[in-house]
Amino acid sequence: MEFFERFAVPNPNPAIYASMVAIVVVSLAIIIGLTYFKKWGYLWREWLTTVDHKKIGMMYLISALLMLFRGGVDALMLRAQLSMPDNKLLDPQHYNEVFSTHGIVMIIFMAMPFIFAFMNLIVPLQIGARDVAFPRLNAISFWLFAAGAMLFNISFVIGGSPDAGWTSYFPLAGTEFSESVGTNYYMIAIQISGIGSLMTGINMITTILKMRAPGMTLMKMPMFTWASFMACVIIIFAFPVLTIALLMGTTDRLFATNFFTTTNGGMDMLWANFFWVWGHPEVYILILPAFGIYSEVISTFSGRNLYGYKSMVGSMVIISLLSFLVWTHHFFTMGQGALTNSIFSISTMAIAVPTGVKIFNWLLTMWKGKIRFTVPMLYSVGFIPLFTIGGVTGVMLAMSAADYQYHNTMFLVAHFHNTIIPGVVFAMLAGLTYYWPKMFGFMLNERIGKWGFWFLSIGFVLAFFPMYITGLNGQARRMYTYSEATGFGPLNFVAFIGAGLMAIAFCLIVYNIFYSIKHSPRNVGDDPWNARSLEWATHNPVPEYNFARTPHVASSEAFWDAKKHGHELFKGEIEEIHMPNYSGVPFIMGVIFFICGFSFVFSLWIPAIVSLIGIFACMVLRSFEKDDGRLISVEEIKATESKFESAEEIKTAVSTYGGANS
Amino acid sequence: MKIDHTQPLEYSTQQNQLNIFGFWIFLGAEIMLFATLFTAYFIMENRTGNGPTGPEIFEIGPVLFETFILLTSSFTIGLAVHAMRIGRKKAMLAFLGVTLLLGVAFLSAEINEFVHYYHVGATYQTSGFTAALLTTLGTHGGHVTLGFFWGVCILIQVMKDGINARTANKSFIFSLYWHFLDVVWIFIFSFIYLKGLM
Amino acid sequence: MKLKGTLLLLLSMLVVFLSGCEPLLVLDPKGPQAERQASDIMISIGIMAFIVIVVMVLLVYMLVKYRASRLPDDYEPPHIEGNPILEGILIGVPIIIVAILSFITVKSNYIVESTPEGYEDQEPLVIYASSSNWKWHFSYPEQDIETVNYLYIPTDRPIEFKLYSFGPITSFWIPQLGGQKYAMADMVTTLHLAADTPGEYMGRNANFSGKGFAENTFTVTAMTQTKFDEWVDEVHETAEPLTEDTFEQLLEPGHLGRMTFTGTHLGFSPAPEHEHSDDEMDSGEEHKMHAEKEREMHTEHAAHE
Ligand code: HEM
Ligand SMILES: [Cu+2]
Repeated sequence: MEFFERFAVPNPNPAIYASMVAIVVVSLAIIIGLTYFKKWGYLWREWLTTVDHKKIGMMYLISALLMLFRGGVDALMLRAQLSMPDNKLLDPQHYNEVFSTHGIVMIIFMAMPFIFAFMNLIVPLQIGARDVAFPRLNAISFWLFAAGAMLFNISFVIGGSPDAGWTSYFPLAGTEFSESVGTNYYMIAIQISGIGSLMTGINMITTILKMRAPGMTLMKMPMFTWASFMACVIIIFAFPVLTIALLMGTTDRLFATNFFTTTNGGMDMLWANFFWVWGHPEVYILILPAFGIYSEVISTFSGRNLYGYKSMVGSMVIISLLSFLVWTHHFFTMGQGALTNSIFSISTMAIAVPTGVKIFNWLLTMWKGKIRFTVPMLYSVGFIPLFTIGGVTGVMLAMSAADYQYHNTMFLVAHFHNTIIPGVVFAMLAGLTYYWPKMFGFMLNERIGKWGFWFLSIGFVLAFFPMYITGLNGQARRMYTYSEATGFGPLNFVAFIGAGLMAIAFCLIVYNIFYSIKHSPRNVGDDPWNARSLEWATHNPVPEYNFARTPHVASSEAFWDAKKHGHELFKGEIEEIHMPNYSGVPFIMGVIFFICGFSFVFSLWIPAIVSLIGIFACMVLRSFEKDDGRLISVEEIKATESKFESAEEIKTAVSTYGGANS
Repeated sequence: MKIDHTQPLEYSTQQNQLNIFGFWIFLGAEIMLFATLFTAYFIMENRTGNGPTGPEIFEIGPVLFETFILLTSSFTIGLAVHAMRIGRKKAMLAFLGVTLLLGVAFLSAEINEFVHYYHVGATYQTSGFTAALLTTLGTHGGHVTLGFFWGVCILIQVMKDGINARTANKSFIFSLYWHFLDVVWIFIFSFIYLKGLM
Repeated sequence: MKLKGTLLLLLSMLVVFLSGCEPLLVLDPKGPQAERQASDIMISIGIMAFIVIVVMVLLVYMLVKYRASRLPDDYEPPHIEGNPILEGILIGVPIIIVAILSFITVKSNYIVESTPEGYEDQEPLVIYASSSNWKWHFSYPEQDIETVNYLYIPTDRPIEFKLYSFGPITSFWIPQLGGQKYAMADMVTTLHLAADTPGEYMGRNANFSGKGFAENTFTVTAMTQTKFDEWVDEVHETAEPLTEDTFEQLLEPGHLGRMTFTGTHLGFSPAPEHEHSDDEMDSGEEHKMHAEKEREMHTEHAAHE
């Protein structure tokens, strides 16, 4: 191909041209806006160079929401195309690109940053730490994620999107059947953000194991911290497998090696195996932190301690172990014979047992509680039945002989959306609402939030339950169209309506953010939800040093103990606090990684090598840098604290949110 | 930075302890990385397509040389850390320097080996087997290369600043990395070369 | 009250689902394998519905009984740690359920992976089904016939499909006769099916394989042995022989529609059976994380140079 031809989108259509224009316009608007309001300096000083775990968490959060909309638009296009038989809205190539990017964007660039957002925001607070163990590395992780996400998203307008599904099975994803650079984007963008994820894993494990407040033994950690910890352990073991698989996929595509080809000894099934050795643990990386958020929310709004703390922890450990022993269930139909299938069938079903334990523990946490139906609680309450349905259909899929009929059908699609949406997405929205005051010091509007919840739940049921039926009726996944005679039409139309309701729900949720920024009362105080764990023992929004004095902890509900049983959390005098310095290097590294990735996608070797050298130069720079951080003086801390305390007095009379009246 | 004098220098601040602990976790991830590569290699071992097989291209001489060099360098980096602990800057620098030189020797031997493979028709593109072999060796070699440059940075810093909590911590972590690469090499030696030659 | 509304909705959907306005393809089996799978599916739906209902009842109970608006203002929820006996039950019952399902599954696995029940004493009809972008080639070595995109099979005789692909991984699926199996380029997989009743069935590639995937379908016609024999004779009288050149053209990406030839491509373009096939794959399996991958090492690749 001609040099410049490669950059053109292979299958352009009006939607793509429109997006190109939109992207240019929005970028210009942002640049002009920043210049006009003279915010470049602010942006650079406060955000691009930050190493503060809270700000990094917020940036993850914003990215996740943006990606949610990108993936959501994809989803709407898919459902619209399938809403009627023989629909001509999208052509097959376009449809293939849309479902491929939908899957990757949602899993890698929406769900992952969402959970990292909460890990960053909450874990250090829950364990009473000043920051994560390696703040600078944390910033690098974020900017690598951002570089990967940007790279992946420009594939849409430069060179073409990946079109081999989010699973990207070879040989379909090889150069023989997928000629455009789309799959190069897949391999390299995921690689870059995957390295970021791995480093976050290392960072969080070190933070959680080494930086807990005095008195907080492992079995006194709040549940979200436990969940994040287990998720990070899975990351450490799972992501290197992905790294290697992507590396091999990249060399196959760029250097014509024979890992996954069908000639010269290549083996296409090797990709499928590696992909799922990472892929199955990956779904648990997503769901465990979600479980953690539900544990926090349910116990707070039931006004009770979490039931069965030990079995909650135990079940997560078992789930994490088992998650590595089940990957074959994604291809029972690959012909490995009855014995192998039986083994993996049983190991898969076994996961349902610890998952069930968790469900019952949440139910028992509500037992004898005093349940307040706030928005976070609504999501948690909706989660329990809906996720149970997703889980039991998982068990059905795990029956390998029957899976020969479910595999690759809409039944499977219904299953995993049924686990990921009520499981992960609901949790993220619950967490968003629950921790919003923690981040910003004001609440999201409850009324709009509840509307959002109902639209989302009903939309979800309408969108995905019909798929169980069409799946059993023979509708394969990833078909861009079907004929009238199949009879899939009506149910797919219902699904389209459901998708529309979900879209409205997400718009409501974002509208709620803008609405609340304008109208919500400030000064909600430090404990608007009558919460229980340590992250609520500091102010809202959290000052940069988190806790003025190091907390001393005696249980997993340290804050509750302090409120109800007079436990003394903060002892001693305020001392100077050591904080890390901000740095622009992580951001610059992200930019260079982006350039590097882009060069690799298009096999532009000179910029690729130059940018690789740039990355190493950044690392050398870091090695020689002597940066011992800075100290916040006692006076400064006292000044900050007294500001919060006077605010606190104003609102003590205001009752806590979500009381009996709601 | 608070320095705790009851600990060895490399552990003496809280950040130092975190660095070392975090690095151990990183090595855990590296173990998974190489385990995946080994798995791929074992699967691909006999999938040679039209290309040569392992026994046809492996040569024991250079491999023994590389093994010997890398093992020795593991020993010298150990000595460097020992010298660091007892505060002998010159000795430490010398051993660190020797380690890095051995690293270079290893790398040149490995490059030679790759050239040899190229000449006997086992290129990166030849077959599933050669792709897996060269990726596994190359990933290890890449780590050694990276380690070399990292080591040079540390060498310069120790030269300039002497042995203090910062440089001691870096040197110690570097030594962990170097030992790890050595262990990986032992696996490569046993399960790729010896197994292939037998 | 909206909550009850959703619950009602959920339940009614379940009922629709279970009763089914029209029989769903998978639950309307026409052969022993599909029948076994359909019965597994129905059993599991039953057990799973029970679990879902238990969870929902418990949830509704908790929400109704312990909602703050019903409780006195001064009610303080108690502190309750776990209870070993209760938790034991909550672990024990799921284990029993999983054990039952495991038992069923393991049995079914061996059933669907062998000659269909009731057909054991008959010699199976071997059909090579290979996919290329985006069509299916069916070779009948016994009858010396090859068809494209349609499949004629005799009823009351076990059929052994040998599956492989001339391109991306595909999945051979005839929902009413039985579940699917992958067709891949470097090994041959085996799928055992049989049709009890004559009729026309939908067959398709279920695994995404690129642009033409949606239309990558074929029709299956099951007929009595006599009709089948008549068809074979007719083909031999009327159809052109399949040459290597023609076959090369057939492999070009596209859809083609139905075609019929005498002779098969197996002579000049044999199936990749020299690779491992799934029959020999079961030997020496261990319950071990890497068993799956290590097995691939047994290939005799080196042997066929
Ligand atoms: C009770 C626990 C679960 C069981 C027994 C289970 C079982 C399964 C099985 C057997 C498959 C493969 C089906 C097939 O390809 O034919 C599958 C696919 C999948 N499951 Fe689950 N699952 C469970 C929970 C979850 C959870 C919690 C998540 C996510 C948070 C999840 C996400 C997925 C995804 C993403 C896929 C496959 C997607 C694809 O092929 O593109 N599952 N599950
Ligand atoms: Cu899975």
